[in-house]
Amino acid sequence: MGLKTFKGGVHPKDGKDLSKAKPIKELLPEGELVFPLSQHIGAPASPIVAVGDKVLKGQKIAEAGGFVSSPVYSSVSGEVKAIEPRRVAVGDMVNSIIIESDGNFTEVEYDEADDVTKLSREEIIDRIKEAGIVGMGGAGFPTHVKLSPKEPDKIDYIIANCAECEPYLTSDYRRMVEEPEKLVEGMKIILQLFPNAKGVFGVEDNKPDCIEKLSALVSAEPRMEVCPLMTKYPQGGERQLIYAVTGRSINSRMLPADAGCIVDNVETMVAVYNAVKFGRPLINRIFTVTGDAVCEPRNFYISIGCSYRQLLDAAGGLVAPAQKMIAGGPMMGFALFSLDVPTTKTTSALLCMTKDEASLYETTACINCGRCVEACPENLVPSRLADYAEHKDMATFEKWYGLECVECGSCSFVCPARRPLAQSVKTMKKQVLAEKRKKA
Amino acid sequence: MSDLLNVTSSPHVRDKWDTQKIMGLVVISLLPASIFGICNFGVRALIMILVTIASCVASEWIYEKIVHKKSTISDLSAVVTGLLLALNLPHTLPYWMAALGGVFAIVVVKMLFGGLGQNFMNPALGARCFLLISFTGPMTSFAFDGTTGPTPLALLKSGFPVNTMDMLLGRTAGTIGETSVIALIIGAVILILTGVIDLRIPGSYIISFAVFVLLFGGHGMDMNYLVAQLCGGGLMLGAFFMATDYVTSPITPSGKIIYGIILGVLTGIFRIFGASAEGVSYAIIFGNLLVPLIERVTVPRAFGIAREKKEADHE
Repeated sequence: MGLKTFKGGVHPKDGKDLSKAKPIKELLPEGELVFPLSQHIGAPASPIVAVGDKVLKGQKIAEAGGFVSSPVYSSVSGEVKAIEPRRVAVGDMVNSIIIESDGNFTEVEYDEADDVTKLSREEIIDRIKEAGIVGMGGAGFPTHVKLSPKEPDKIDYIIANCAECEPYLTSDYRRMVEEPEKLVEGMKIILQLFPNAKGVFGVEDNKPDCIEKLSALVSAEPRMEVCPLMTKYPQGGERQLIYAVTGRSINSRMLPADAGCIVDNVETMVAVYNAVKFGRPLINRIFTVTGDAVCEPRNFYISIGCSYRQLLDAAGGLVAPAQKMIAGGPMMGFALFSLDVPTTKTTSALLCMTKDEASLYETTACINCGRCVEACPENLVPSRLADYAEHKDMATFEKWYGLECVECGSCSFVCPARRPLAQSVKTMKKQVLAEKRKKA
Repeated sequence: MSDLLNVTSSPHVRDKWDTQKIMGLVVISLLPASIFGICNFGVRALIMILVTIASCVASEWIYEKIVHKKSTISDLSAVVTGLLLALNLPHTLPYWMAALGGVFAIVVVKMLFGGLGQNFMNPALGARCFLLISFTGPMTSFAFDGTTGPTPLALLKSGFPVNTMDMLLGRTAGTIGETSVIALIIGAVILILTGVIDLRIPGSYIISFAVFVLLFGGHGMDMNYLVAQLCGGGLMLGAFFMATDYVTSPITPSGKIIYGIILGVLTGIFRIFGASAEGVSYAIIFGNLLVPLIERVTVPRAFGIAREKKEADHE
């Protein structure tokens, strides 16, 4: 039997060798840290500190702005310098709290739980919510909302997304190699919430050491198992992962819970463990600085809120001029226009490349080769969708299932005519959804 | 560090395959058949190939010069068209007719419809049919070993026996590139292994044609007849290299299979019930016209939609 996977997908150069052997190193931030109030899907958090206030590391500085929202904590001790809109990595201006570190990292006392197994469902969810945990793989969906489905008894799969299918990224890999027990503990806590669920760690087979370590750890856990997956992008896409592990397929109008699944990535599960066991808020994460333009590619244990520039400096700066810098991986990351933007709960990497392949090639005419169709994990026809997008033909775009696009970028990657297919489809998707909201 | 960074939408990396590489590989995969054709029919075949390629590339270059468009000859698609056209011509055809075919293929069939990717008909086949209608005599006169004679399929149609081993090897009369099944299969394997084409179109084409011949060929289970039908008349050249032309075949996976079946049935009808012994070119050209319709009825259902539909039916 072959390895579990999904239909479609691509095999970009993985680039993980640059940083995969580098142990996680703690990086203490200096100077000014920026905490955007919107690092998640949902209502922005509202500040509960004022300019001039002294704050401690681990102190709450903004309260959740609703149920689908998440609080924000300071990752350093120091003084609130300003509360003002700041530019973030994706280009938006977001209201942010700016804190000048005093360099002491004086930390608040956390409320540790003596016995996690004695905590009630509500207590666990509340501790996760209070800690400000959101999906740290990139989506930023508040985790306490995800863990509160309408019918918890119907959830039969908790899937840890250990695929890390984005090229170059190694933060989840390092976490699994160095601290796999924390991940397993996080899974244990989530399984406590769902009595009928099985915990599955979905790991791509390019990480045999992780599969080995996790397998050893879960051998004593009757409710957990490790599921090796074929190494293929986007194996870690939520819908693709669910399909590979369970054989169930969901579409854009369904939640994983509709198929009895809940998916959380590695860092999120570790954060759940830290929050529920130790009462620690989400103020740190693992972060990869890599790319052929980086002097010393590294994996850092960072304080969320420090700037990308500090991280690049800590990795020895650039060895060669970088043509492109990306927040995240090369397939779905955001191109940065400046390094003076803050890291957030959802950013996992800084990738600096000497060559920008995306603008290297000229776009030519579509030859109808169908490579995008073969690559699309959602079984779409990207080249046609891009045509409909260019002609602003919303009806046909929807009829050809344009709204099902998961924006993985596989179509643009394979296109021999170098057409920006994913970009066209993404833009059109936004327009169609906006139009629908207007009508509703 | 430069302050000017490139900012583009994701993804930020690209695959190594581009149009030029794909077209280059198609040319390479046609080399076995071309070389065999040259050995089989002599130097005239080589000149014919060079004439059609030159005519196609020059037509594209001059047309784009005249209408002030950027030259696209470097994508090699005109080379593929020229080579395919030559392989579809008898080596005895006057050179000027071959050159005219090249001009027709590029200017009329391809460029007037908007250039690469926009033509609805395979340019090389369009040109072949144009030449067949305009110059029926020279286009249907085949010579082998210095003597003029009928093609194996023409023999078969008149009820004469044919040597299928000669047809596999290609030691028969015919167009420059259609005779050697073995050389064509070598090229097809190259295309399949490198992922340039898949078996959906050629497979469904050949199988449906074989079934049609068995059912309606009037020779029952005569395997010799079936093999002769499969090896003759450019079926292999058409199935692997012309029907799979990206631009003029459906992009949807199930559409490709339907398209292949239509081609198989049409070829069968033309060959068995038509006046001519051959029918691949006309079948493919006719199939090209049906592509938009085939695509419309074969829009693939998106991932996760099928399940929802099934559940809705149950409720």
